[in-house]
This record gives sequence, C-alpha cells and structure tokens, in this order.
Amino acid sequence: MGERVVFDRKELSRRQLKDYIFAIMSLLALGFGLITLLLLIIDLASTGLGRIDYAFMTNFPSRMPEKAGILSAWVGSLCVMFTTALAAIPLGIAAGVYLEEYAPKNWITAIIELNIVNLAGIPSITFGLMALSIFVYKFGFGQSILTAGLTLGLLVLPIIIVTTREALRTIPSTIREAAFAMGASRWQVIQHHLLPYSTGGILTGVIISLSRAIGETAPLITIGALTFIAFLPTSPFTEEFPFVTIQWIKDPFTVLPIQMFNWVSRPQEEFHVNAAAAGVILLTLTLLLNGAAIYIRASFRRKIKW
Amino acid sequence: MVKAEVKNLNFSYGEKQVLKNVSMPIYDNKITALIGPSGCGKTTLLRCFNRMHDLYKGAKYDGQILLHPDEVNILARDIDPMEVRMRIGMVFQKPNPFPKSIYENVVYGLKVRGIKRRSFLQERCEQSLQAAGLWGEVKDRLNSGAQMLSGGQQQRLCIARALAVEPELLLLDEPTSALDPISTSHIEDLIVDLKKTVTIVIVTHNLHQAARVSDRTAFMYLGDLIEFDETSKMFTTPSDKRTENYITGRFG
Amino acid sequence: MARPKLAEFTSANHPVRRIRRIKELLIEAVLFAAAASSVFVTLGIVYILVSESLPFFAHVSFTEFLTEREWTPLFAEPKYGILPLLCGTFLTTVIALLLAIPLGTIIATYLSEYANARAREILKPILELLAAVPTVVYGYFALLFVTPLLQKIMPNLPGFNVLAAGLVIGVMIIPYVSSLTEDAMRAVPGYLREASYAVGASRMQTAFRVVIPAAFSGISSAYILGISRALGETMVVAIAAGMQPNLTLNPTEPAATITAFIVQVSLGDLPHGSVGYQSIYVAGLTLLILTLTFNVIGFALRKRFREVY
Repeated sequence: MGERVVFDRKELSRRQLKDYIFAIMSLLALGFGLITLLLLIIDLASTGLGRIDYAFMTNFPSRMPEKAGILSAWVGSLCVMFTTALAAIPLGIAAGVYLEEYAPKNWITAIIELNIVNLAGIPSITFGLMALSIFVYKFGFGQSILTAGLTLGLLVLPIIIVTTREALRTIPSTIREAAFAMGASRWQVIQHHLLPYSTGGILTGVIISLSRAIGETAPLITIGALTFIAFLPTSPFTEEFPFVTIQWIKDPFTVLPIQMFNWVSRPQEEFHVNAAAAGVILLTLTLLLNGAAIYIRASFRRKIKW
Repeated sequence: MVKAEVKNLNFSYGEKQVLKNVSMPIYDNKITALIGPSGCGKTTLLRCFNRMHDLYKGAKYDGQILLHPDEVNILARDIDPMEVRMRIGMVFQKPNPFPKSIYENVVYGLKVRGIKRRSFLQERCEQSLQAAGLWGEVKDRLNSGAQMLSGGQQQRLCIARALAVEPELLLLDEPTSALDPISTSHIEDLIVDLKKTVTIVIVTHNLHQAARVSDRTAFMYLGDLIEFDETSKMFTTPSDKRTENYITGRFG
Repeated sequence: MARPKLAEFTSANHPVRRIRRIKELLIEAVLFAAAASSVFVTLGIVYILVSESLPFFAHVSFTEFLTEREWTPLFAEPKYGILPLLCGTFLTTVIALLLAIPLGTIIATYLSEYANARAREILKPILELLAAVPTVVYGYFALLFVTPLLQKIMPNLPGFNVLAAGLVIGVMIIPYVSSLTEDAMRAVPGYLREASYAVGASRMQTAFRVVIPAAFSGISSAYILGISRALGETMVVAIAAGMQPNLTLNPTEPAATITAFIVQVSLGDLPHGSVGYQSIYVAGLTLLILTLTFNVIGFALRKRFREVY
C-alpha cells in the first residue's frame, strides 16, 4: 500500500472559507448590477420627474426648452409600435409554429434555424441600413411610420419566433398524442390545443419584443427619422365613408427615444432635463411592459400544470 | 368473428427492428391482452394500430394490419393516418385530458369531425360519460376543468373521450399503471363491461390484470410474438417454455 | 346512435375530407413561407450592405481602406481609413467585456449553483431588466452620471470618453452573459454534480471543475452574444463617447465606433448615392463581417464542444 490520504480538517476549513468568500463575491456582483439599475432610475427620476406635467405631454418639440413637449414623440411611438406588432406578431408566431411542429429534419430547416440564431446577433443598426436602402428608396415608403414599423418588426422577429417555440415545447407530447389519437389533423391540433395552451408564453414574447422595439433608436436614426416634427400623423378617423383611414402610415414621425436622443445631444442643461423627463416616461413604459411579461409568464405557469 | 388481423408485421425505428414478423388476429367484442417484459414491443405493436408512430421520424412499417369488415390495410401508405385514428381510439398510460372543460374533452373527437349540432354533442357527451362510469360524478360540473379531477377520474374521462366517437377498436396502453389500486379496479370493471360494445386491445405490465380482464393473450418477447392463445389456457398450460418462465415470475 | 354518420366522414374520398387535406397543405405552405422569410431578412441585409458598398470601392482602394490612419469621408479632402473606427469599436467592446464577462459568469454561477429556486426566480427577472432599459437611456446615464462620477477620480477626463461608454455597455450586457450562462449550467445533469459532491468537493470546486467545463459550449454562446451586443451597440457610444474618429487605445479619450459614425452621418442630410451614403454602408458591412466572424467562431465552438449527457 502507498501513502494514505489523511483527512485534514485544516484543508477542509480552507475550502469552506473559499466557498464562503465566493458566495460573498457573487452577491457583490449581483448587487453591483442591481445598484447600477437603481442609480440609473434615481438619477433619471430626480432630474426629470419634476418636468413631467400636462403641458409636457401635450406640447410639440420647441427651440425653447421650457416650452418643448413630447406630444409628437409619444403619438409617433404608439403608431410605430402598432405597425411593428402588426408586422411581427403573425409572421413570428407562424414561423415559430412551423419550426416546432412541421419542420422536417433536413438542411432547409437547419439553415432557417441557424439563420434565426444569427439574426438575433446582428447589430440593430444594420437593419436600419437595409431599411434605408429597401423601404425608403427602393419601395418608396419614405421616412414614414410604415418604414419604421417594418424595420422594427423584422428586428424583433427572432424574439417572437424563439419564445413561440419555447412555449410550444413546454406542452408535453402526451397532449399532442391525445389529440392526434382522436383523429385531429395537424392544424387542428395546433389550433385547438397548442396555440391556446401556449398563449402565456407567446404573449410574453410579444410583450418583450414590443418593449425592445419601443426603446430602439439606432435603426430609426439610420432611416433618417431624426427630424423636427411639430405635427401629428393623419387621424385614423375621417368624416366620410369608411370613416377610417391608414393614411397615417405614410406620414413622417418621431418617437420617444429619438426625441430623448435629440435633447441629450444638445449642450444646454435645460434640454438635458427634458431628456431625463422623456427618459422617465420611456423607462416607465419599458419596465411596465417587462413587469407585465413576468406577471403573465408566472400566472400562466400557475394556471396550466402538466 | 375477427375484427382485425395483424399479418407478418415488421416494424423498425431507424436502424432498430422492434417488431419481428408478428401475426395475430383480434377477435370482435373480445379483450386481447398484450403482455411481456419491458422492451418486448407490446406498446410498439399497440401504437401501430392507430399509426401513432407516424408522428415521429424514422418509423418504418412492413406487413399489414387488416381492419374488417372492409379489409382495409391500415398500414398502407395511401391511407391517411387521420382516417385510421378516426376508426380506432386510444387511451394512454398516463391520463392526458386536455386542459379544457370536461364537456370539451368528451366531445372533442366529434368536433374534430366537423359535428356542431349542440343537442347531438350533449347527448353523446352524456352517453359516453355514462359508458365510462363517470356521469354520476361529473354531471353537475361538465364545464369545470378536467384537471380538477382525480387521476382515476381523468383516466375514465379519457376513456369517455375515446368512446364518444364510437371507435371500432379501442386501444388501451397500460391504462392503470399510473393509478392507485381502487381506481385500477374501477377501470378494470369498466373495461370488462365495455367489451359488449367495442373490441379492445390492452397492453399491460400486470399479469394478474391480463388474467382478470382478457379473453385472449399474446405474449411477446424481444419483438417476437411467442405465444397467442385463450387467456385461461395461456395462464394454466402455456406451450412455450419462455411464456411459462415469464408468467411464473422467473424473469420480467 | 348514428354510426353511418360518423363513418361517412372517414371515407377517404369524402369531399369534406378532401377539402380538409388541401387546407392542411395550404396552411403548411403559408407557415413555411413565414419561417423561410427570416432567411430573406438576412440575405436582404447582406445583399444591401454589399451592393451599396461596391460603388465605394470603385474610387477608394482596398489598401487605403485598410491601412490609412484617418477616417474623414465628409471632409473636403476625404480620407478613408477604417482603422480609427475599428479601434474605437474594439476599445469599447473590450472595456464592456472586461466588466460583463467576469460579473456575468460569477452571477450565473451563483444563481445556478448557490441560490435556491425562490431567490433565482426573483433575482433573474430583475437582473434581466438591465438588458431591457432602452439604450438611449443608458447613453444619458453614461454621459450625465457615469462620466461626472469618473471625473471625480480622474479630473482630466473629457466630457466625451470611451471609458464611461464601455463601462455602461458592460453593465447593459451583464444579463445577456449571465442568463445564457446560467441556462447552460443548469442544463448540466444533476448526477455530474452529485458525483463531484460525493467525493467531498465543495460547491465552488463542483461549479468550476465540473459544471462550468461541462457547460462550456453553452457558456461560449453566451459570451459570443455578449460580444455581438457590445460590438453593435450604438446609442451609448454615440451619446457618451463623442463622434470623433480617433486612432487611440487610450480609453480616457473621446473616440468614434463604427456604429457612432453611421449615426453621425445619418443625422445630416444624406443624398441617396452620395459618398456619405456609401460610406455608412461600408461601415455597416465591416460591422456585419465582425459580428458574423464571432458568430461563426461561436458556432464552431458549440459544434466542437457540444455536450452529450
């Protein structure tokens, strides 16, 4: 027999200490992230919160900081979000359903899947460059709400596809088998079971993607959206039949993050206050959307237990 | 009377052959039990009857399962698996009700077939639940979620769901393996009762259950059908040594 | 009971069944088109960036593009050297990663190996909010909070500098690194951990010697995603780092990244087909090649170290 390994209490307590130190370090790391988030919120709120009033919400941008407001910005954000949702939600869910429920295991599927992973890593600004060339010039959509909505829609498409697939994947195969065994067709299984049972997950993805789109700035600057907009898009309601119009989709626009960027890049401190105020609103919207997503995910998880 | 006939059935998953040249009849209004140790292919054989394997890649059938009276080979390529599943019902190992109401669960197969008439659906819902021995327990809460039911009730609901479309053949894949003894005996009584109206094939791990409920038994081992006979005969005087070893508990 | 009524529907040639089959095929075709459309987005981006860049290389040589030390495409005497922009991009990315990778990995290890399920469920979504904050808000934070804070330590730090931008980007990508790393670590099966604990290893030893090596391919994708995000981040640098192309490795100076340059040009009037217009596509193509290179490396790593449990 060779040398015996001795039980060494000192060595043990050394390892215990290391373990303990690591736990403290990781809590510090976690704390660093959370405190930064908190500082950011406090900094923004302490500067900007006081600036938010009725006039700020209902005024157009102005050369005079105390008269400037975000009316055209928040209306623009709303219109762009609507267009983004319209473009991305059906396309994203359909693609997710195909990849999870239909796609055969072949090279075409492999390429599509690899592409979606890749697409999520492509810088957002290159989407703007593509949109500038295709939507603005080739298709002649101009610097419009439509261009912005489509651009952001394509940008968030991978988020919706991936969350749709994840939501479908949590449904156990026994449910699929039960439905197929009843003679249901593939589409019936999807329509009657898979989509209803994955609503929570899909909704979460949709909200997360909208929260991403609402704060996105760079691709919209690239399509040339940073202009002085002191008017609202065409109203969707008209006097004459059919009483609604989508004329607004062709109108120029500005959005909250662009307005904020505009103000923060000016040297005057008063504009920085405006920027902070716009930031408070933007951040509130984002946090609300994310909070809603977390809540929906949790409550659906509680509702359906497999 | 023969309801269905398995003829020279070979089945493989990818490279692996799971069923080897299986042939056996399924008698009308009788209960046929498939027994054998794990991995013998009994569940695989059962899932051939409603083409469940078609849902997954790499399944390959070779041979026939003829469904009488029209003698259609349900494994044929030009037969849509959906059609097969419309004629042959299945109940799974673990109760798998849809997370919908009890009513929606029972009438699901009818709705899938495009039947919308409410009075017909309601009538059929009651009949099926009654046939599954669940009507008395749930008649006041047909619209509450199926997931509120106990495991045994859920399994009977799944049986009602399968019965609602009047299957010609009912496949049961170890229907009591996830249940407690009381629910199990409930379901066993039900199965015996059901053979008046429907032909049943049941896979079971439990030899006593096979002996209690079935009329014919097939013993399978490593993908081969070793012996097929009347249950009473198989359990008293098996003709193959392996069958004897299995039912006397020497392996499995 | 109406048995023939049901049997009717099961007949293969029944018109209802035939319509249903056609409908099924149509639906599958539509869904496939939706999935395939994502490939066209990528192809579109690549095609546009390449085709809009080609005219640029008609009057700027490739050698000048790669070796010239100044980038001033909008000046009267334009110089077209991508190096200053590449330099700014690398500098911000490296600073961001120096912060995000250690912190993200430590946090992931804690959440996966130390924290209980409840703590994890609360901490993870809160941490992920860091990635949800709009980048323009981070830009504000870098310019008007972090830089003044840093100036208290380094009084000579200019108002626009790479350091603040890089640090803020680092904070922003912590959740990208930590979430995916944690997912990868938690996917490591419990029996590997148990085997390690069973021979008397501590949590930290189990985490670093068993779990992290086993989750290597997943962790590498987390890092690659973090790198992609940092390379492509635009607003923080455009706001806080100044937009002056600067060939320097000193993080306390102002500098421009590829993305900041695109923003700067886009802010001005941009006639279709002008040199300015072409130059942002060249810049965009360079950025795309950079990110794709990292994605390919990530893909190769994942393939090579794919876990088989």
